[in-house]
Amino acid sequence: MGSDIEIHITDRNGLRHSVDAPIDMSMNLMELIRIYELAEEGSVGICGGMAMCASCQCYVESDHQLPEVSQDEKMMLLEAFNVQDDSRLACQIYVSTELDGLKIRLAPAE
Amino acid sequence: MIKTDILIIGAGPVGLFAVFEAGLLKMKCHLIDALPRPGGQCSELYPKKPIYDIPAYPEILADDLTKKLLEQCKQFEPGFTLGERAETLVKNNDESFTVKTNQGTLLNAPVVVIAGGLGSFEPRKPNIVGVEEFEGKGLDYSIIDPDVYRGKKVAIAGGGDSALDWAIFLSNVASEVTLIHRSDEFRGALSSVEKVQSLKDKGQIKVITSAEVIDINGENRIKSITIMHKDNSRNDLDVDHFIPLFGFLPKLGPIGNWGLEIEKNAIKVNNALDYQTNIKGVFAVGDINTYPGKLKLILCGFHEATVMCQYAYKIINPEKKFLLKYTTVTGVSGFDGSLKSSPKSISKKIQ
Repeated sequence: MGSDIEIHITDRNGLRHSVDAPIDMSMNLMELIRIYELAEEGSVGICGGMAMCASCQCYVESDHQLPEVSQDEKMMLLEAFNVQDDSRLACQIYVSTELDGLKIRLAPAE
Repeated sequence: MIKTDILIIGAGPVGLFAVFEAGLLKMKCHLIDALPRPGGQCSELYPKKPIYDIPAYPEILADDLTKKLLEQCKQFEPGFTLGERAETLVKNNDESFTVKTNQGTLLNAPVVVIAGGLGSFEPRKPNIVGVEEFEGKGLDYSIIDPDVYRGKKVAIAGGGDSALDWAIFLSNVASEVTLIHRSDEFRGALSSVEKVQSLKDKGQIKVITSAEVIDINGENRIKSITIMHKDNSRNDLDVDHFIPLFGFLPKLGPIGNWGLEIEKNAIKVNNALDYQTNIKGVFAVGDINTYPGKLKLILCGFHEATVMCQYAYKIINPEKKFLLKYTTVTGVSGFDGSLKSSPKSISKKIQ
């Protein structure tokens, strides 16, 4: 393929999955989690990716340079539960070459 | 007991459009929704966001879509039971169904349509151990009758529109209003933020920012809440009521126990024919159903609702034959006596 990168995702049961993520489909990490069915359908990406719920909250476990947190994402993380310093909303992070090898862990469901 | 032809669970866009399609076939609808107003996700999650894939609307705000759908189905006089969640479904001897809500309202219809979207919206509860113990005993997740708070000490937690709006409203009702938020920035409308600022300056609302309620204290009733501040210091605040307003989370809820075939948190339906579930007379349309090739789009829900109505008609009127009619040809006759129809053409000679 040549246009894939690898992302490591730890699901809510603590299982780690290494998945191929296409960089040419403007896909975000929330969608990646759903495509590979790494969380129960309906428990991730409830708002559809508008940073209006925190169902796709994840913890970033590698030191990749990520896109900045937008105002919407920041405000949502303020209202979410189980938030840590490394919390992000997976729907706000788009798959790109810079993310190759990224490690994330899904936050517990609310 | 409320009786109707089609009982629709969920007053989101697809449920509202089903009212119109059912009305064209002279079937009356009643809708139940756990939220206090119609619109579903469009009202609750993203009222001010644009939608670009509604046919013929290059762009429409979710809130406006709800308004248009309400206007479109108005002449079919739908009934609404809002702020109540459908709890149980019972099939009666006459093949009709009785649905009971969490408030005890009973509704009866020969056809039930589940247009429940993501499920019913349940309040997000604070992350406090034993929080359930105080529910209804000073702990409320929504405000139904503001008069309950008259002359009382009230603490509201949250940083969105509902927290701001209720803090403003209750500042005239309660004896003391404290607004507690995890940040010092609020997500609500600018005008509401400014209003709270001015009420705070006048001493009519106490605002505690960068703080979180971590405990509720009292025996049988709330007496005080424990607030933790940014610097980890804690203090107790005496309150009669604590109202955390952290928004809502959709849950499939009691529908999951109705004996319906569920797959991946959605209700399996027969998409080759009528969007009926495994229970005859119970249909599921919109985001809540699943079938091979399912797309969770409003426009697909509209189609499903339209097809469903044709089959609901056969259940309600087993003896009658009918043919699909075009609104342009026959117009729309409302249950309220209104008639919309295309103007008659006029012919005139040219001399």
